[in-house]
Amino acid sequence: MSITIDTTKEAKATPDKHQPWKELGLKEDEYLEIKSILGRRPTSGELAMYSVMWSEHCSYKSSKIYLRQFGEKVTDEMKKHLMVGMGENAGVVDIGEGWAVTFKVESHNHPSYIEPFQGAATGVGGIVRDILSMGARPIAVMDQLRFGDVSNPDTRRVVDGVVAGISFYGNCLGLPNIGGETVFDKVYQGNPLVNALSIGALRHEDLHLASANNPGDQVILFGARTGADGIGGVSVLASETFDSTGPAKRPAVQVGDPFAEKVLIECCLELYAAKVVAGIQDLGGAGLSCATSELASNGNAGMRIQLKNVLLRDDSLTPEEILMSESQERMMAVVPKKDLAAFEAIVNKWEVEYSVLGEVIKEPRLYINWGDEEIVNVPPRSVAHDGPVYERPVKKPTWITALNKDTTANLKRAETADELATQFVEIVTSPNQASKSWITDQYDHYVGGNTALAMPDDSGMVRIDEKSGLGVALATDANGRYGYLNPYEGAKLALAEAYRNVAASGAKPLAVTNCLNFGSPENPEVMWQFKEATAGLADGCLELGIPVTGGNVSFYNQTGDVAIHPTPVVGVLGVIDNVARRIPSGWQDQGHNIYLLGETKDEMDGSVWAGVIHDHLGGLPPVVDLAKEKALAEALNAASEQGLLASAHDLSEGGLAQAVLESCLRFGVGARIFLNELKADYAIDDTAALFSESTARVLVSVGREDDVKFVGLCEARGIPVHRIGVTDGTNLEIQGIANWELENLANAHANTLPELFA
Amino acid sequence: MKIGVVTFPGTLDDRDAARAVRLAGGEAVSLWHADTNLHDVDAVVLPGGFSYGDYLRCGAIAAQAPVMQTIIEKANEGLPVLGICNGFQVLVESHLLPGGLIRNEHQHFICRDQKLIVENVDTAWTNQFTLGEEITIPLKNGEGGYIADGETLKRLEGEGLITFRYSEVNPNGSMNNIAGLRNARGNVVGLMPHPEHAVEPGFGPDTKVAMRSGVDGLKFFTSVLKSLVEA
Repeated sequence: MSITIDTTKEAKATPDKHQPWKELGLKEDEYLEIKSILGRRPTSGELAMYSVMWSEHCSYKSSKIYLRQFGEKVTDEMKKHLMVGMGENAGVVDIGEGWAVTFKVESHNHPSYIEPFQGAATGVGGIVRDILSMGARPIAVMDQLRFGDVSNPDTRRVVDGVVAGISFYGNCLGLPNIGGETVFDKVYQGNPLVNALSIGALRHEDLHLASANNPGDQVILFGARTGADGIGGVSVLASETFDSTGPAKRPAVQVGDPFAEKVLIECCLELYAAKVVAGIQDLGGAGLSCATSELASNGNAGMRIQLKNVLLRDDSLTPEEILMSESQERMMAVVPKKDLAAFEAIVNKWEVEYSVLGEVIKEPRLYINWGDEEIVNVPPRSVAHDGPVYERPVKKPTWITALNKDTTANLKRAETADELATQFVEIVTSPNQASKSWITDQYDHYVGGNTALAMPDDSGMVRIDEKSGLGVALATDANGRYGYLNPYEGAKLALAEAYRNVAASGAKPLAVTNCLNFGSPENPEVMWQFKEATAGLADGCLELGIPVTGGNVSFYNQTGDVAIHPTPVVGVLGVIDNVARRIPSGWQDQGHNIYLLGETKDEMDGSVWAGVIHDHLGGLPPVVDLAKEKALAEALNAASEQGLLASAHDLSEGGLAQAVLESCLRFGVGARIFLNELKADYAIDDTAALFSESTARVLVSVGREDDVKFVGLCEARGIPVHRIGVTDGTNLEIQGIANWELENLANAHANTLPELFA
Repeated sequence: MKIGVVTFPGTLDDRDAARAVRLAGGEAVSLWHADTNLHDVDAVVLPGGFSYGDYLRCGAIAAQAPVMQTIIEKANEGLPVLGICNGFQVLVESHLLPGGLIRNEHQHFICRDQKLIVENVDTAWTNQFTLGEEITIPLKNGEGGYIADGETLKRLEGEGLITFRYSEVNPNGSMNNIAGLRNARGNVVGLMPHPEHAVEPGFGPDTKVAMRSGVDGLKFFTSVLKSLVEA
């Protein structure tokens, strides 16, 4: 079969040839810019490369100007632990004792709607390769999921596929899944969110930055063969809004093979350990186009590549398709010539296929040949890093004023104990508040033998050093309802909650990552939401003194004109000197005192109570006070270090009601709760006491012998502390309201999701 | 005592199994699938995972690996071998243990803290347990449903070869609640749950006393060390 090759020579000869730049997702001015960079029209191969690399997904062209503030709003103190900041595959944080960790969360939203199983599976695969390319051993994964309404028949298709995909891929990689989120809301019906997070650990001296800067080094593609999967996935899928009447785009979703990836992980780690690679870059979105141009650009060097050396699964692929293919489980290594034999021995041991594609050259130019014909001749920086930057129009939505005025003040509140009890059960068994164990039981959280905390505890925690017990904790949060009411505060609220979760598990918060899920950047109102959310997150991080180390932006999450709620998923990483001191999220001993830390206000706007009981979303989200969050975290840390806390659980969606129930259910130990003093002190009613979502609050249990010390510690630090009950028996009694057998609540809480999806 | 832990491509719990061996007081020796040499180990653990991607059938390709040829030969001569999860599947595919393991009845992968009843303590890997003892061992599998024909089941029951049975919940639809088996000699044991995930306080299953404090799995490894000392 013969293929017509568009060469650089041909491009010079036919300057006016029509090219499908529009179909590839480029705008006219972008196409003209490419012409001006090259001084001629691009070849079709070059056009393919620019189109994927300049897509929203790869170039961050609409978000760049806002993401800069994560690097600007920082103090020297915040940078102290940062070994690698934003811009690399993933940020790297020094956690002490010579150890570092790298962590990142990324979206795989659009592929997961089209083909939920493969979309979610390859989302896990992609983020794990990002971590690997920093020289780290991946040690855990988490996922942040948003699905449509549970009553919509299509939700089941997406839930089944996504959960099975994550389970299949993650379990086969041997990475414990230690936490995540699952939220159902009709705003995600045609646009579910599937974010995947991975964390890796490395010794300081093993840090590798993927770059090619030593002329003569060999450029090697290894791992799976290149096929037709995911061609144009980046530009066609991730950067375009779903048109509800459009044609099926299934061929653009990648297909994953976790076995190949597992072997690749072990192979890469052995290559690093043997010090035979200058760098390894993962192939994800934009495939070879991305890997070659980024490696060369990172090293201020160039490359000469022979594209015919790429091992193919399908011989009929055109050069352009090879450049754009997003076949999974591939890596690109830069190997000094002297180490080539050692490199070959290791990849052969793991039976991984490889081929030498070319070499690094001093001239900062990327040359790609197809046989004797030159098909790409570009400055790599123009492809990888100097893409377009947009300052898109921003407009505060006019509807937001009315939305903020539509508060919960006039919603009917329960008047009797029976009504309150009914609302309590209705809330804790609603799909978003019910147990997620039907999902999380499909994930392996044991593998590795270092999992110190996992679902349903407040954060996931893994041991890094087996001798000292040094470990890290990770929690991620986002509340799209809050984000919709006020995107600036919504981002801060997500940060505050993740921070609180990490602190409640006994760890000290250290760094932040994010995955910013928004609608179309071409809509000025969405751009306003994005601007507000990024400012909120950057300001919040500055106030808490923890830096953003990296992140991901996912735009175009909308169906037709309807955008999702702004959903900035924020992940906070904490460090703990010894995981043996971690705090469970529920009580296990009888007769312990239960304390509520923090101030409870009547804050019902945007709450689960408003959503579940009244189907209402309006007003303003709870007030965030990061100084108070910080003080609370420090108090928890001090109490944990002194061994005063038997359990700690943060209050968030569903308020005190949810926290009390979950603390009981963690080990099946009941409680007697009394709210009178709390209500009197804050002048609130039962509804606010139970369901308000005021921030900076944590529920703890403390043994009698530690009581005085603990209360003293809180008071000395100015943390409001109320004793609201004792752990007792196998019932949950809320005095004056209800007395349930815990087993009945446990069953109701656990059965919601299986009844919907099993 | 040296206990070999085999790594096939796609093995996941090899590091965990090696840790379990060390915590029990043994020396863990890493064995590579392509190497027929067992490096003078006194016993072998086939850990969990997805050997060779579990293509064809779980454990089917691993059963043909070079290292397995030596292990099968030595197992027939009395070498203690423990197969965990995928390792159990490999033992079944190698005909060291009878029957087969199929997709879980409910079609989902499941990870849970599983209660088991110890049904046989006359093996190299269970001699530290008490007969009838209830233990909690993490279980995590997608294809753990044990099946066998009627005659085989009758023989397993009759000859006391069933070593562990699921208690309270049958998590995968296994026939006769079978969680683990032994061979007639008692040197080969295979089970679906993962004893190597219940060997270290803080990282095992929850117990009534404290979070993640379950270490019931450690006795598998102390059992084999004891049997080797006495042998």
